Amino acid sequence: MSVTKPLPHDAAPLHVSGTARYVDDIPTPKGTLYLAFGLSPIAKGKITAMDLSAVKTADGVAMVMTAEDLPFANDVSPSIHDEPLLSDGTVNYIGQPVFVVAATSHLAARKAARLGKIDYAEETPILTIEDALAADSRFEDGPRIYAKGDADAAIASAAHVIEGSFELGGQEHFYLEGQAALAVPNEGADMLVHSSTQHPTEIQHKVADALGVPMHAVRVETRRMGGGFGGKESQGNALAVACAIVARATGKACKMRYDRDDDMIITGKRHAFRISYRAGFDDHGHIQGVSFLHHAICGWAQDLSLPVADRAMLHSDNAYLLPNARIESHRLKTNTQSATAYRGFGGPQGMVGVERMMDHAAHTLRIDPVELRRRNYYEPAHAVAEQPPEEKPLGRPDPHEDLTSRGAVDTAHAPVRPLPAGGNTTPYGMEVSDFELHGMTQALLESSDYAKRKAAIDKWNAENAVVKKGISFSPVKFGISFTLTHLNQAGALVHVYQDGSVHLNHGGTEMGQGLFQKVAQVAASRFGIPLEMVKITATDTAKVPNTSATAASSGSDLNGMAVKAACDTIRDRMADYLAERHQADPASVIFTDGHVEVGEERYTFAEAAALAYQGRISLSATGFYKTPKIEWDRIKGRGRPFFYFAYGASITEVAVDTLTGENRILRTDILHDAGASLNPALDIGQVEGGYVQGAGWLTTEELVWDGKGNLRTHAPSTYKIPACSDRPDIFNVALWHGENREDTIYRSKAVGEPPFMLGISAWLALSNAVAACGDRYPALDAPATAEQVWHGIQKMKGDI
Amino acid sequence: MDITFLLNGETVELADVDPTATLLDWLREDRGLTGTKEGCNEGDCGACTIMVTDEDGAKALNSCILFLPQLHGKAVRTVEGASGPNGEAHPVQQAMVDLHGSQCGFCTPGFVMSMVAGHATGATDHDTQLAGNLCRCTGYAPIIRAAQAAEDQPVPVWVKDKPVASPSSPPMLPTSSDALATVYADHPEATLVAGATDVGLWVTKQLRDLDPVIFLNRCDDLKQITITDRELRFGAMVDMNRMGDALVDLHPSYAEMIRRYASVQVRHAATVGGNIANGSPIGDNPPALIALDATLHLRRGDTRRQLPLEEFFLDYGKQDRVPGEFVEAVSFPRQADRLKCYKLSKRFDQDISAVCGCFNITVSDGTVTQARIAFGGMAGIPKRATHVETAIIGKPWTHATVKAALPRFAEDFAPLTDMRASATYRLETAQALLERYFHEDQGDVTNVLEVTA
Repeated sequence: MSVTKPLPHDAAPLHVSGTARYVDDIPTPKGTLYLAFGLSPIAKGKITAMDLSAVKTADGVAMVMTAEDLPFANDVSPSIHDEPLLSDGTVNYIGQPVFVVAATSHLAARKAARLGKIDYAEETPILTIEDALAADSRFEDGPRIYAKGDADAAIASAAHVIEGSFELGGQEHFYLEGQAALAVPNEGADMLVHSSTQHPTEIQHKVADALGVPMHAVRVETRRMGGGFGGKESQGNALAVACAIVARATGKACKMRYDRDDDMIITGKRHAFRISYRAGFDDHGHIQGVSFLHHAICGWAQDLSLPVADRAMLHSDNAYLLPNARIESHRLKTNTQSATAYRGFGGPQGMVGVERMMDHAAHTLRIDPVELRRRNYYEPAHAVAEQPPEEKPLGRPDPHEDLTSRGAVDTAHAPVRPLPAGGNTTPYGMEVSDFELHGMTQALLESSDYAKRKAAIDKWNAENAVVKKGISFSPVKFGISFTLTHLNQAGALVHVYQDGSVHLNHGGTEMGQGLFQKVAQVAASRFGIPLEMVKITATDTAKVPNTSATAASSGSDLNGMAVKAACDTIRDRMADYLAERHQADPASVIFTDGHVEVGEERYTFAEAAALAYQGRISLSATGFYKTPKIEWDRIKGRGRPFFYFAYGASITEVAVDTLTGENRILRTDILHDAGASLNPALDIGQVEGGYVQGAGWLTTEELVWDGKGNLRTHAPSTYKIPACSDRPDIFNVALWHGENREDTIYRSKAVGEPPFMLGISAWLALSNAVAACGDRYPALDAPATAEQVWHGIQKMKGDI
Repeated sequence: MDITFLLNGETVELADVDPTATLLDWLREDRGLTGTKEGCNEGDCGACTIMVTDEDGAKALNSCILFLPQLHGKAVRTVEGASGPNGEAHPVQQAMVDLHGSQCGFCTPGFVMSMVAGHATGATDHDTQLAGNLCRCTGYAPIIRAAQAAEDQPVPVWVKDKPVASPSSPPMLPTSSDALATVYADHPEATLVAGATDVGLWVTKQLRDLDPVIFLNRCDDLKQITITDRELRFGAMVDMNRMGDALVDLHPSYAEMIRRYASVQVRHAATVGGNIANGSPIGDNPPALIALDATLHLRRGDTRRQLPLEEFFLDYGKQDRVPGEFVEAVSFPRQADRLKCYKLSKRFDQDISAVCGCFNITVSDGTVTQARIAFGGMAGIPKRATHVETAIIGKPWTHATVKAALPRFAEDFAPLTDMRASATYRLETAQALLERYFHEDQGDVTNVLEVTA
């Protein structure tokens, strides 16, 4: 069976030969125009005068448009229509598109776009959390609060109270392929749009509105993206809509791609947060109550900020059973780029909050940080499934085991934690019934030789004055499903041709994650045919309608199931027909090894397909899937937003130069839960890449705005994603052998976002190394750049 | 300007090329070779990497900041030419497929070409060879596995290019420093292009129209490295990879700093003369060279003059260079190695220094006898720490002497805050680097790059 095989990415031979085609590589019709936006140079104000004469007369310019020239909707917002394509007279951030110019070349358009003479009545921008709070500038009326039990009372009566606050920076996606779109006008009012997007249906919808046509007049095709990471969930709207409008106005094909600096200045990034926490613990390190305060910087337009901030709240527990919890979230509106989806979608921010709190508590309570975490884990899955929770020893390994010799944590055990009244539930009331981390943690501690290495690090730190080492563990529990419940659906279209070859289409998009290959493996498995017989085709709104964004890690879960349904429909029709022909039971027809077996007869799949065709059997089917069991009220913060959880655990060791704060990852060990993996090679690729991206977020990737709201880090010369040598020297990644307890596609688990948060252990390891410089808790902000680490060391030394 | 070069083995002759047309745009827009990608258009991501073969051999370069005239007489190979004539995969291509080295695939052609070039030259220091290629998907581990897997495979014949045999050179592509001196004297307003790693960005990012442009890359006599018992002399057009190689044994810390200077691709293009002449306060060569007591050799027409390098930098953006004058060489005395170069940046590889501190401190019988300390990133120009030097010269080489000298940094420098670092961090770590020098001299572990798990 094709599923479970570690096959290479389907497009790998095209990638390595330069023949994989991205939007900017598509041959364009003669006369194609190229677009560029003229951008606002101020963060807040009103346009008082606009002179675009120099733009219009610049070399190669064919057309210039402002908001007034737009025929229909001036709107590229994915949510509440607060994001005009072109400024409606007010500007809200530096980089906001004010006009669009179309010219005969990309370079000519870029040059012309800089020639606009626009006068602004400048106003004072809102750039910081303090600014926004002072002005009560926010999305939604007030803070959103999710709660379980009485956190304040529990903290007040706890033996130990931990309190802190820290800054958590945003993150630029830095997909290697910048945003791009190509609109080709077809006959009548029809428009074909090629877009580098995670969300073709959204592009179709926004383009249709902008052209004043029904959605049926717009077809969007996406073969692949050169990386997405959430940055192409909504941020491609502006390019596609601009291209379509100018294409309609001129009758010419129009292409737009952002230069890298423009891309970074115009588009949204991961939300920066300030997270404050207050937690109460008993003497054994059992959490009694915890209270989190989130301030999320959302930028100027709402975009996807509400569900992002919700998901941050939903991951404020991470792996821990919080008996009493309160999470308060403020979504602040600022005059900066509109923050948007980014791998993890707020989950990482929420998770960093609780991991930071746990780290702080372990330091204060003098309990090994791994042990403290394990004491507060949710109950194991088997405990919930097989016996009443109160009968099960809780949240810790067997006390009779000799942990030290097996490489685990050597520390005294705490008494059994009483199961809280709310049961094994999250702060939003969802039962955690699939918790894998007890076993995973133990396995990882052993495979990574944690206890021995921790002792060696202590010895190193005692002997070395300048370079200190640190090591930390962090777990991941990540909820899988869109929290906007209706998005949890998918469609597929499968054709079997009379030669037995299979044409596969579904609503998911390929951004490098290997979705197409995984889904093709599903199709091949359903028909029992070799993978080569399955043709993977570009995502196309004309083939599968009303698709959800390829996001929330849901790609293979949703589309794999939809494809399975479509394949099974065809397979059942073939089986029925062949069974009837052979007077056999349809259930006895077997599809395997490229053949179809009916009683004594054994046809090749191609022969079977030809027979079915001749028997006038439909060999084309759609498939549909909707995720079961989920229901969620985001206002109340109650329900089951997630179908299941994906788990992971990582241990990172670092070295820090205490003179300068320079630091480096020395070794990382990861155990990740992909369920029964559809393709272990692709899944490990997601884990390795996710970890490095997550570690980058929390270490070198620093976004800097100046006092006027100018993004000063708008190119790879100033914004530093991990380079080759930043990956861990030793990098051990393994998948946890398990299968999804829920009925997902072949019992696999989603793997796109969860591994990103494994990078948290890198940040905690830096904190651990800094802790070797003194007695205080280091209290690092993120990203922990060399300067931030140095600053932490100065605080430890009492120099600040 | 009329130029000739080879593209994937075939001769290309272009007439009247725009001197600042980039190879990347020409490949994609004029030739329809879209395998080579634009990721950043400034030489920082490597997605546009191609291989160029000239008299020095094969090298990876960024095509986004490579002007067409720079290719005159050379052989260019793009990802489309990495595979064999019958579609045979190059060993690195096959390894990248087999070992899952691509995910989204957009950076992949650039990685492949860096790997093809590295493979052709037998390089196995893959982290260094690939430091100029950014990948956002894989976390690099599978790419390195692929590079390792291909190490022992033979170099396919089809990637063994030879440059075009000595084509004639247009006047704006002089082939000697004498010819350069003449044409520059005639066009003192011209922009000189050495490797285009800086000027390239004037074009791709500032969208400046440059005309006239004089290209220096064919001036072979400016590429000479002369090492005698008394002196090391580097012609202005010595690229940074050759410079690093020349310094490995004599001044290993400088060579290591150069290893971290930009990327292989940028170092193949970037020249020591360009790094000095552009007067950047954050260029990494000037502080090292100043600490080595370097002399700068300038030429205008037939007139030559020389001056201590630190005197060349007058003020931010202002150098002691008159119109029509160019950097011919830089030299410094042969000396026992006491030089340490410390480059602080957010990322170790391919990052511009927040602070670059270079220390050349001579100790004799426990006493500091000489000290030359120079910094980049601490002022509007590369600058010596003369107060600090004074504070330690003649003093015993002890931690107490170092500690006592630290406050003097504030007399030498008043750095700025920018996106790379705060003024406080710059000033404080400049001091810390003197401490590092002392600790390193005592044999303590001070370099996180040399620490293992």
